[in-house]
Amino acid sequence: MDLHFTSAFPSTPERVAVDRLLGGPPSGWTGGARAAADYHVALGGHHHAVGVRHRLLPALQAVQSAIGWVSPGALNYVAERLSVPPADVYAVASFYALLATEQQSLRMAHVCEDVSCRTRGSLRLLESLAGRDDVVPSPCLGQCDRSPAVLVQRAGEYDASLWNATAEDVAEVLEGATPIDPEPGHYGVPQSELGSDRLRLLRRVGTIDPYSLDEYRATGGYAALTKALTMGPEELIEEVKRAGIRGRGGAAFPVGAKWEAVVGQGPDRMLVCNADEAEPGTFKDRGVMEGDPFSLVEAMTIAGYAIGAGRGFLYIRGEYPRAARHVASALRTATESGLLGDNVLGSGFSFDIEIRMGGGAYICGEETALFNSIEGFRGEPRQKPPYPAEAGLFGLPTAINNVETLINLPLIVLEGGAAYASRGTAASTGIKLFCLSGDVARPGVYEVDFGTTLRQLIDLAGGPLEEIAAILLGGVSGSFVGPDLLDLPLTFEDTHAVGVSLGTAVVMPFGVSTDFDDLALRIAAFFRDESCGQCVPCRVGTVRQEEALHRLIGGVPLNGASSDLGLLAEIDEAMRMGSICGLGHTAGNAIRSAIALGLIGGRP
Amino acid sequence: MKKVHLTVDGAAISVPGGASILQACRAAGKPQPTLCYLETLTPVNTCRVCLVQVTGSRTLVPSCSRIVEEGMEVATDSEPVRHTRKVVFEFLASSVDLSLVDAETREWMDFYDVDPTRYGPAAPAAPAGARDARQAGHHQVPQPGWAETVAQPAKIQDELFVRDYGKCILCYKCVEACGPDAQNTFAIQVAGRGFDARISTEFDVDLTSSACVYCGNCIGVCPTGALIFRSEYELRNAGLWDEEAQTVTRTVCSYCGVGCNLELWVQDNRIVKVTSPMDHAVTAGHLCIKGRFGYQYVQELGGPATTPIDMVLAAGREGGFVEP
Repeated sequence: MDLHFTSAFPSTPERVAVDRLLGGPPSGWTGGARAAADYHVALGGHHHAVGVRHRLLPALQAVQSAIGWVSPGALNYVAERLSVPPADVYAVASFYALLATEQQSLRMAHVCEDVSCRTRGSLRLLESLAGRDDVVPSPCLGQCDRSPAVLVQRAGEYDASLWNATAEDVAEVLEGATPIDPEPGHYGVPQSELGSDRLRLLRRVGTIDPYSLDEYRATGGYAALTKALTMGPEELIEEVKRAGIRGRGGAAFPVGAKWEAVVGQGPDRMLVCNADEAEPGTFKDRGVMEGDPFSLVEAMTIAGYAIGAGRGFLYIRGEYPRAARHVASALRTATESGLLGDNVLGSGFSFDIEIRMGGGAYICGEETALFNSIEGFRGEPRQKPPYPAEAGLFGLPTAINNVETLINLPLIVLEGGAAYASRGTAASTGIKLFCLSGDVARPGVYEVDFGTTLRQLIDLAGGPLEEIAAILLGGVSGSFVGPDLLDLPLTFEDTHAVGVSLGTAVVMPFGVSTDFDDLALRIAAFFRDESCGQCVPCRVGTVRQEEALHRLIGGVPLNGASSDLGLLAEIDEAMRMGSICGLGHTAGNAIRSAIALGLIGGRP
Repeated sequence: MKKVHLTVDGAAISVPGGASILQACRAAGKPQPTLCYLETLTPVNTCRVCLVQVTGSRTLVPSCSRIVEEGMEVATDSEPVRHTRKVVFEFLASSVDLSLVDAETREWMDFYDVDPTRYGPAAPAAPAGARDARQAGHHQVPQPGWAETVAQPAKIQDELFVRDYGKCILCYKCVEACGPDAQNTFAIQVAGRGFDARISTEFDVDLTSSACVYCGNCIGVCPTGALIFRSEYELRNAGLWDEEAQTVTRTVCSYCGVGCNLELWVQDNRIVKVTSPMDHAVTAGHLCIKGRFGYQYVQELGGPATTPIDMVLAAGREGGFVEP
């Protein structure tokens, strides 16, 4: 492609950052010194460009982490190296909150201002850091058990998460202090800290060294893969169907049926693990990746074998640097030990896993937006059909599963599908992880059988801190439920029956002293910020929703309060029926439920 | 191609397999509103005004991109369709200047009783460049009592055309026409996110510094007049634009041997705009810079300006422009 560049040139550190990822430029056509041959042969061309586009986001991330922003010169260099038009590179760079297209401080603190942290000190933290241009408010960082949470992007050094952060902590790190990994052994699993021996999914989290393959194997690791490789793919899928397991990412689709649909397609198949855990209040997958990374690697290998995929991608949200470090280490160790790569355990099955980091975009947790993000395009969802099983990542038949879904596989393989299905209920089999935060005594990830009630779960987390006014169930795309539903069994079918959803298993109780107006406004702001902007109902609807809510709560109605309530319902309906993807479909859920419960805007 | 049988609003119809629901609706004599759809471009299904209800589908379905299936039951006038189309049109009309959309779209908006004032008075326009500078994820707090819009000063950077993004509905048509569906120049893309998304070159550099080759194919596909000939823009601002008084003459471009057809829009004996017929086998509505803008020699009269149009066009050529 004949690309046109502005006159901005990359600095040496920018070139080095990109070359470290991509290798040196092979010819004068892709950013190298012009050699005599370049005047006669155009290397690359269309096939080269198509083949390397997927490295666009990693290349931009390399620049961002090296110099703290994506400068015009660096953008040109990335464009030249990957044969992507500069306008396209800018379109991608400007899509992600963790990539800056204007120069900013070399260290930037992203302070969580989302639903859980804002009621637990983050607003005060932001207030005490007010006036600093290196502090920005952030959507949920997935550290809700350790509020207030902060992510510090540090040019030239690794990104760091701060937990229970104080203004002094943040200021010190911004001024160059090395962040101390707080509580290295802490993974947010209170059950394990309390010595429970009944845990299965979480049994290793916080109890073994996440860097040690030996400790993983000593606690039963890789027994499941060994067994799975002797079962064969068909039997493996049968066992998963017998287990009746449904997806844990929010949509609750039966895993066996999803895999069968993929296997029924062409021979070149893809596995993707969705670890873009960005639903506010959700942090279960982080704990697993940080505390038991080998279990995810083993589970992905089993899944890849079952569906006949040669490659797997693991898309981890950019706000999880520690999870990414631990899983990357596990991938290296597994590959060195013959558990991954060519000829896994001598079985003839070969499988590779590549980690991709998100760039700070909630929408990329939507499966087709995630595919576009990996492929080097803007993280805009695709209209379905076609579904991922037919045409997913790179247009190939793709099985995309959530982290928690996958780590159930070793259990299913080892104990058999029938035994797995004997727990939980008939329609919601097995065990489930829940993310408890908000006004509970011991926030964290909890592992229980499906069918556990809200009350039991909250009690397990040490009980509420004060009388409960409402519980946010399923995240901000879920709903508020009143205390009258405390005895609701947490299953797919029981929640569905009362018109709510388990979503990403967020359980966030709020006490009677909570400012629900503030929470509702934050939720509306969240959806406005995180809408990708592709389709009109969501792009404009999330703005109109926030405006109407401000009027409703501020008591300055446009044409009388009833008109704003009616307008909110109409906006919600249009977003739900007309948007391309689940973000727009659910952007009005929490606000609708808060109004119905009389938490905001007066009783209906 | 094998025929597929479906019903549109209860009436049975069969269309060739691979057709879209929109094509089936049109074949059934039921035209649907569209904004981001154009026959010559890949459907992007972003504007959502062509949504229809398909039995069995939880949400509404974009008729422009969804392929018909055997036995499909399509409803184009059900309550959810009417409500969603109405609100979507209202979302657009309350946030974008739709004064230059075509008559058909205006009729649809009347049909759905569109009332953009329900969302509040339009917020003041953003200063030049402000929307282009917005960073993803940085929250724009609503201005109390106002309905946010994309209003902003037009980008007037050359003599050939104007980008008036206060009229942009983000239909992606210009991006497709600049990119793989026609020109393969890739000078513009959608940048930013959410309501702050906008059509942009890299870092919003002027078109003259970008990859733009001034083919003007983006103007040819723009449904809202956000991309507009400089001449039309100036004449409209001067109150001289008069479509009633214009003639459209079809001719063959004389610059090379390809044989592109041109439509010369003439008012008061002056060419004021050039388009290309959508149904022409060679161009499919697209042109190059010479066919699109290279008509000046035809009317370079050499003498002093003799008509009001000449005065406006001459002022434009000299770089002066009327503030919007």
